[in-house]
Amino acid sequence: MALLEVDGLKIYFHTRNGVVKAVDDVSFSVDAGETLAIVGESGSGKSVTCYSLLDLLPKPPAVIEAGTALFDGEDLFACDSVRMRQIRGNDIAVIFQDPMTSLNPFISIGEQLIEPLIYHPDKMRIKDRKTARKLAIELLDEVGIIEPEARFDCYPHEFSGGMRQRVMIAMALINKPRLLICDEPTTALDVTIQAQILELIKKLQKTRDVAVIFISHDLGVVAGIADKVMVMCDGTIREAGGTERIFYNSEDEYTKKLLAAIPEGAKLLPNRAEQDKPLVTVRNLKTYFEDYSKGSNGKQSIKAVDGVSLDLQRGEILGLVGESGSGKSTLGRSILQLAPTTSGSVTFDGTVLGDLKPKQLVPWRRRMQMIFQDPYASLNPRMTVYETLAEPLLYHGLADSNNIDQQVRQLMDDVGLAHSQMRKYPHEFSGGQRQRIAIGRAIATKPELIIADEPVSALDVTIQAQILDLILELVERHNLTMLFISHDLSVVRYISDRVMVMNKGLIVESGETEALWADPQQEYTQQLLKAIPLADPKRERLRIANG
Amino acid sequence: MLRFALNRLLQAIPVLLIVISATFLLVHSAPGGPFSADKAVPPEVIKALEAQYNLDQPLWQQYVSYLGDVLKGDFGPSFKYSGRTVNELIAAGLPATAELALYAMLVALVIGISAGVIAAMRPNSMQDYVPMSAAMLGICMPSFLLGPLLVLVFGIHLEWLPVSGWGDIPGDKIMPSITLGTGYAAYIARLSRGGMLEVLSQDYIRTARAKGLSERLIIFKHALRGGLIPVVAFLGPAFAGLLGGSFVVETIFQIPGLGRFYVQAAFNRDYTMILGMTIFFATLIILFNLLSDMLAIWLNPKLRQQQAGGNN
Repeated sequence: MALLEVDGLKIYFHTRNGVVKAVDDVSFSVDAGETLAIVGESGSGKSVTCYSLLDLLPKPPAVIEAGTALFDGEDLFACDSVRMRQIRGNDIAVIFQDPMTSLNPFISIGEQLIEPLIYHPDKMRIKDRKTARKLAIELLDEVGIIEPEARFDCYPHEFSGGMRQRVMIAMALINKPRLLICDEPTTALDVTIQAQILELIKKLQKTRDVAVIFISHDLGVVAGIADKVMVMCDGTIREAGGTERIFYNSEDEYTKKLLAAIPEGAKLLPNRAEQDKPLVTVRNLKTYFEDYSKGSNGKQSIKAVDGVSLDLQRGEILGLVGESGSGKSTLGRSILQLAPTTSGSVTFDGTVLGDLKPKQLVPWRRRMQMIFQDPYASLNPRMTVYETLAEPLLYHGLADSNNIDQQVRQLMDDVGLAHSQMRKYPHEFSGGQRQRIAIGRAIATKPELIIADEPVSALDVTIQAQILDLILELVERHNLTMLFISHDLSVVRYISDRVMVMNKGLIVESGETEALWADPQQEYTQQLLKAIPLADPKRERLRIANG
Repeated sequence: MLRFALNRLLQAIPVLLIVISATFLLVHSAPGGPFSADKAVPPEVIKALEAQYNLDQPLWQQYVSYLGDVLKGDFGPSFKYSGRTVNELIAAGLPATAELALYAMLVALVIGISAGVIAAMRPNSMQDYVPMSAAMLGICMPSFLLGPLLVLVFGIHLEWLPVSGWGDIPGDKIMPSITLGTGYAAYIARLSRGGMLEVLSQDYIRTARAKGLSERLIIFKHALRGGLIPVVAFLGPAFAGLLGGSFVVETIFQIPGLGRFYVQAAFNRDYTMILGMTIFFATLIILFNLLSDMLAIWLNPKLRQQQAGGNN
């Protein structure tokens, strides 16, 4: 008998707008020491399935309609709240997706870590603070926190994302659970940090012989870590089986679509860059911020961009990659004069933008636009699609009341939105549709330059593929020049003619995309490229083994 | 933190100066004066009185000399209570008012926070609706209605508590404190419910649950600190409001506090008294706002460290 056996699970959400079948007849099992990956896009029910095991779903609206979940022979859905508390953290533990929000900012790391020990629901297993502290420090050391003794009393904001996730892992393991649920544990992390965290989870699994349920949307990550894979879509299981069978011999259409949507390989369209006709020239650009972190108090500055020079040729798509905090977003904003630059110059079509007063910049703003990362946050929720798209046209005098309707319709056609959706508000759209609206807004003023800051990183993989193709098509059709900022190297490779790698405010390396991929010169670039997970179990395992 | 406090106190100087100037101009431009009365007084007497209080000088001279006195901490003599200074009158009324405000604040915090937390634990259930409806009632009920109602029920009908006084009979402080505190309790209940609901929906609360912590620990250790930040921010203005707004309650229960003096001073055109009280309350409001901001910073580890960094 397997450690966990879920059978015929149905979870419905009873909302005002009717019943949503979040999970519909799902069955699976996990053995000790085994890793099951649950793969699916947002809304597929993968997290809901796992949260239900520990009674972590908000009730109402969630109701477990049917099914059993036998953990070591005991039905988790039949537990009372006292028994459930004993299971939580002790038998089954969870590592959540976003380490930035999953730790309590008001309580020190150490205190949060020892809580499962000092407040153990089983009286016999309660540890005193001193013992708990000793155990916690050992565990922090095991998950790779440097100087665990000194870091014990620090607060979450003093840790980086990767470090916080290590703390989360330590917290999940502190009572030696037999089943570990990892809910997108590396999605919020940089690729090199992701590689470290995955390695850590795998190592710990081996030494402690725990079963792992690994929830992810990233097939590359899954290929490397899973023994078996379950693909979910709209609350149902589309396909389940051994990892290699799913990746190499998938029988399901949706799985095939998912696999095909992974951006892989080089850009297919030719490079349209006109040589030696730069639209944008950046020289020795520096953007510093005052540093108010511990012990600095504005006396030192954070060098977000520290002397960057680049030429953006007309018609070119220049990819800018870097990890979080590398300064890539600040560079994008500085070019558009949306962040105050400290020194250096940005020249757009022969004019130095830094010399212009805010009012004089307005006509230039029309010619350079931005697409932001999060389509959920960057659209005004109180404006309809029509208003969002019409605003820049009217503001820049590109349309008047006679032809505005027709122009907005044209824009909606351009980005693939149906005219019938013109009067809807952003919350009525999915993430992908919202990003289409945001792209429509950006191209409304017929700009020459578009800076796209992580435009697809908040999207599901199949939607991401659609949006990337839309961007490529629009660049071609409207003769755009683009700076494409992303942390996702595969996406950058798929879309860019040329790539620049940024680290700590500096350009580390740049070159033609394929040349750089084939032969990275700098060590940092090599590390970055080596850390990309491949959506191919055999190659991925080989990559990790060589890691 | 010290630097933050000093900074804020420096910012308070122009604010106070504007308050003094505006009040000074307003009271002097209001028709009538401290010595205009119903019955006719010989002009010589008025002249002599005005000369005694420097009211015959040009306005700007009065202003400058008043500022000089205020700087020395002297609010001048009262025009109406002859022989007594404003400082003396404030000192006489402050203890009762401050004590009343303190008790009212305790009532407000204890009732408000418990009601808010209880409501937030089960939103949109009876456990939420009952305390929140009571809070709505508390906000709507003016103290000049609640006070007499309490007196009627507990003082006259049940004869449990004395109907008036302050510190004379045991228990006479209970009804005034409840009367003054209820409105604030209701407001704090709504603030803490909102704050707690916000925090309880955070990811880190789910983490705490997944760790197997009890609901009690989750509420009191993990949620309360973040959930009460809106309440802490409200404490400063609330305390100042309690001090300045106790007039009605002081009148109902015959309490010898500051509120009485303030209102009488306005009716009497007692220039120095109005100015003195206004400056005094303005200073309190600034101080209590500063204190509640400092408390909010101290509660948040990130802000605390940033401020600590400022002292290096």
